[in-house]
Amino acid sequence: MESVKVLELQKVALKLRSNVLEMVGVGKAGHLGGSSSLAEITAVLYFHKMRLNPKNPLDPVRDRFLLSKGHAVLIQYAALVELGYFPREELKKVKTLEGLLQGHPDMKTPGIEAVTGSLGQGLSIANGMALALRLEKSPARVYVVMGDGELSEGQLWEAAMASANFKVDNLVGIVDYNKIQATGPIKEVFDTGDIPAKWKAFGWHVIEIDGHDIPQIAGALDEAEQVKGKPTVIIAHTVKGKGFSFAENSAAYHNAALTEELYKQAQEELQAQMAKLEREGK
Amino acid sequence: MLIKVETKSLREAYGQCLVELGKRNKNVVVLEADLGKSTRTVLFKEAFPDRFFEMGIAEQNMASTAAGFALAGKIPFYNSFAVFASGRAFDQVRNSICIPKLKVRICGSSCGLSDFGDGKTHQSVEDIAILRAIPHMTVLSPADAVETVMMMEALLDVEGPVYIRINRNDLPIVTPENETYHIGKIWELRKGKDVAVFATGYMVKKALEAAEELSHEGIEVRVLNVSTIKPLDTKAVISHVKGVKAIVTVEEHSVIGGLGSAIAETLRKEAHPPIEFIGIQDKFGTSAKAYEELLEAYGLTSKAIAGTVRSLVGR
Repeated sequence: MESVKVLELQKVALKLRSNVLEMVGVGKAGHLGGSSSLAEITAVLYFHKMRLNPKNPLDPVRDRFLLSKGHAVLIQYAALVELGYFPREELKKVKTLEGLLQGHPDMKTPGIEAVTGSLGQGLSIANGMALALRLEKSPARVYVVMGDGELSEGQLWEAAMASANFKVDNLVGIVDYNKIQATGPIKEVFDTGDIPAKWKAFGWHVIEIDGHDIPQIAGALDEAEQVKGKPTVIIAHTVKGKGFSFAENSAAYHNAALTEELYKQAQEELQAQMAKLEREGK
Repeated sequence: MLIKVETKSLREAYGQCLVELGKRNKNVVVLEADLGKSTRTVLFKEAFPDRFFEMGIAEQNMASTAAGFALAGKIPFYNSFAVFASGRAFDQVRNSICIPKLKVRICGSSCGLSDFGDGKTHQSVEDIAILRAIPHMTVLSPADAVETVMMMEALLDVEGPVYIRINRNDLPIVTPENETYHIGKIWELRKGKDVAVFATGYMVKKALEAAEELSHEGIEVRVLNVSTIKPLDTKAVISHVKGVKAIVTVEEHSVIGGLGSAIAETLRKEAHPPIEFIGIQDKFGTSAKAYEELLEAYGLTSKAIAGTVRSLVGR
């Protein structure tokens, strides 16, 4: 990937974080941590990899993006609004009776592909889509992002077996491996063990990457496309709350309200990161 | 044009209809959880192997996978025993399927006590209650093979999720063949001015037998087949109880949350005569040598219906 493109996608990721921050706002609750850890992955998928048609969100040959960890939907809204799926004013009305944007993915929102949020269901839904697309001989691909805490849901492993059983290769699983779940570090709360080994044992092609490294993300997605006859999962090592110093590697901002002071600090940190990217681009 | 089916077995009729729907519409896909010989989805598997998906013994995954198929434009039928199709996968049915109102068809086979030998773990006494409570869901309970065919005919066109409750055994036919079926209809199978009996599934036949017996005693019973439990034809319920002396509901299901509850919910704002519920009295099932023997043990007989009617009308 050319450095210009990398820089552009890094800026997109920052813009997505900024949109997430806007939705989290001051004094409201919002899933900042698990949304921020996905900013680069979402940027690469929506602004580089996926076949999309924002003018026709239901275009049959579109690639599908599902957030099985539906609580991080703010990062998906952040991308969809940039692509024009819904008006920008909706960001302020997130999670209100007046607004379009629900607290978890809902089909009323253009660009949302499934109802997820009750954890563990996204991979199953993605399998159904992928199998249906295969019957149609459609070129469309399905991308499904799972949380690492979510991996304790049994249904997800039923689905992982099914993907391998049906040799689903038009689907890519992505694990947002930020190592922190809602109430603390995974190692302490509920240790899910050797995650790459588990996926390998379930018959998946496994790629491990730094989930904030744009070329690595793009490279893994390209590699996944070449793998035939078995499903691919990308284990993306990420930092929960990435980009916000006070939230990084902390469970405290899994779903929390920001004070005016912290909100301002968060804005300034994003601005500083953007300024740094601008300087690097010159 | 009705699918031609020569069987008294509801599950055989269901399986044959699946094949016919598969011929009519290439978007029909079938998902099974290793019970295909019982649910009769094996027939679809033979006819359309590419559109049959053996999901293994994993009902939760099967339910959400069906949602994925529907989201990509297919019409998935997922199959299991009623107890697993409803209970094991409740959250998946609710969230993956019902919230987005997807065109998924759920077959709850071997419903009620109809899997008499396998006992309480495999018999469903609460599937109607569970699924009726979920917004957007349609709940169907055919009385015989003919009605099963009629319902299957209608299923390609209905929007949103549908649950169809299928009895395991051969049952006598009560449904008139030449009428036009539509979802949401209450069928008046016998006229009678004294007592209204609302029944569903195999209990419709039992109610008809009770009505015949009672007519010899001068008690005229109106027998109503409520095969669409949700959405319930509330106008028909209200009009059918006008002028009767008593109301009885009969179902092979718990008296909590099933047909009886649905009828009582409908009548709560109406002046109405006394209602009695015949059903499974807040108990699990049990193993038995034969189906009729088991129904008798749970009071699901024409004799029990007739006795209840007599006591309600004071004879």
